[in-house]
Amino acid sequence: MASAVTGRSRRGAASRGVPYLFLAPAIVLFVLFLLLPVGYAVHLSLRKVKVSGLGLGRNSRTEIFAGLENYRTALADPELWGSAGRVLAYGLTLLPIMLGLALLFALLLDRPGVRLARFSRLAIFLPYAVPGLIASMLWGFLYLPAVSPFTDLAGRLGLPGPDPLDGGSVFFAIVNIAVWGGVGFNMIVLFTSLRAIPAEIYESARLDGCTELQLALRIKIPLLLPSLIMTTVFSLIATLQVFTEPLTVRSLTNSISSTWTPLMKIYRDAFAQNDIYSAAAGSVLIAGVTLVVSFGFLRLVQRQAFGSEDR
Amino acid sequence: MTALAPSVPVHDDADPRAPRRRAPRRAAWLPTVVLLIGAIYCLLPVAWVLAASTKGGSSLFTSFTFAPGGDLPANLGDLSAYSGGIYWKWMLNTLLYAGVGGLLSALVSGLSGYTLAKYRFAGRSVIFNVLLAGVLVPGVTLAIPQYLLLAEVGLTDTYWAVLLPNILSPYGIYLARIYAAAAVPDTVLEAARTDGASEGRIFGRVALPMMLPGLVTVFLFQFVAIWNNFLLPFVMLSDDDKFPVTVGLFTLLNQGQTVPALYSVVIVGVLISILPLIALFLTLQRYWRLDLVSGSVKG
Repeated sequence: MASAVTGRSRRGAASRGVPYLFLAPAIVLFVLFLLLPVGYAVHLSLRKVKVSGLGLGRNSRTEIFAGLENYRTALADPELWGSAGRVLAYGLTLLPIMLGLALLFALLLDRPGVRLARFSRLAIFLPYAVPGLIASMLWGFLYLPAVSPFTDLAGRLGLPGPDPLDGGSVFFAIVNIAVWGGVGFNMIVLFTSLRAIPAEIYESARLDGCTELQLALRIKIPLLLPSLIMTTVFSLIATLQVFTEPLTVRSLTNSISSTWTPLMKIYRDAFAQNDIYSAAAGSVLIAGVTLVVSFGFLRLVQRQAFGSEDR
Repeated sequence: MTALAPSVPVHDDADPRAPRRRAPRRAAWLPTVVLLIGAIYCLLPVAWVLAASTKGGSSLFTSFTFAPGGDLPANLGDLSAYSGGIYWKWMLNTLLYAGVGGLLSALVSGLSGYTLAKYRFAGRSVIFNVLLAGVLVPGVTLAIPQYLLLAEVGLTDTYWAVLLPNILSPYGIYLARIYAAAAVPDTVLEAARTDGASEGRIFGRVALPMMLPGLVTVFLFQFVAIWNNFLLPFVMLSDDDKFPVTVGLFTLLNQGQTVPALYSVVIVGVLISILPLIALFLTLQRYWRLDLVSGSVKG
């Protein structure tokens, strides 16, 4: 690296190559593991296999250009729309509950006079350290009637045992896993930004006779808006790619189909049906939708989130 | 060079309950109770797995589910004996993927963030914006295209297949850039240049130590992200010797559908797998700079 800057002038203008050298690892990784895979997926999505004859001979399977056929097939597939609708409903259920609870907990933690706040903060944050797969297994066992404490408890009280894995309620069972896993992290992010607000703002409001509730609604929440937007964007991205939780719960129940979410359908296309062309088209579609949704959301708020440094 | 004042406080929130504002003495009971309900909800599954891991195969399905049993040593023995102790191999693999991946990611993010914050060069904002756009293309969506590509070059089912795609963290670069801008003063860099230090040396000896708290945050984020990314190793690996613990436990769970006795092995495996990360968080949480996430560093 030192050689790259030899002969530079005092003003540092000649160390021109250095920034590019320093950025090289990130750019190479970006190209290899982001641009190329996406490009290759786009390429595959435009192709298909042509089988000639009985498909048994060595050269009977050839890859040919298919145009937008894979996309047309994907978009005409009711399973894709079914899974997309499910993820939409999932997001519309999950995001308000998870972010609402995170905001509520953060505001309560920031309230003067709360006891055991440190314990509650750590306990609520704890699930962040549990990966989605493990969280799904934990809850999966809690849902499983054979070992569930809820079934056990209901039995002792002479009530019929609940079955969260039942077709009708499995949707909420999955939402619950995601709420459990996500509420703590978002709470901590919001709480941290609450702590960064200068206390003097509250002092004068309190002197004016503002109650804690009014303080939260009129001052804290508006000041939290940039953080709320950030947490919403990240939660939105996570929601669109939900995969692990339903896949894991699927191991315990028949209520979840193999195409329950779009990503599960893509996975099935690629690995169970060996149709990498459809899987590639599906991947491109889901990446595109994610990009459009989150970029659209970010554009709305770019000034607050990223703007200050750039110009 | 930026809107950031050089004096932006990089404050330590090691003890967030420190009395930074005058609190009324009266206890707020309703908020306390609501928070405790939240805490119980979050601890419930962990408490259950603690209790369940002490129970043997048959009592798992019969005894009251929060009452502890005495079979923890036996369950641990079963877990260690399963398939020649492969569980511990999975744990080591996880440490390798998440630990080494996280370290490399923090280093790459630190170098990139520092460069983007502290150098002026043509294409700076273009490069930053393009890298940042990567945040919007989440790792999980990329896993299958990455698999298709790596299959083409014959790299699937290797350690590299899981390690390499996880190093780049657009979000880590974004965080490191904010942190470098706030924590590394231009005057210090100028002084080092006047002393004749090379640019590489300035980064390694001057900027990197100053950025350490921010990089710990990037490391933890990426550690969790890799540990959470189930789909990538799930599609990349077929040799169970290379599995991280998440994929390993998932395959065990699926066998448990036909062999219920495996459930007690899975449960104790789940317990052991989350203990190290919980310990890591409880010890490292004071170094977390979550104000980076919410953008508060910008003041």
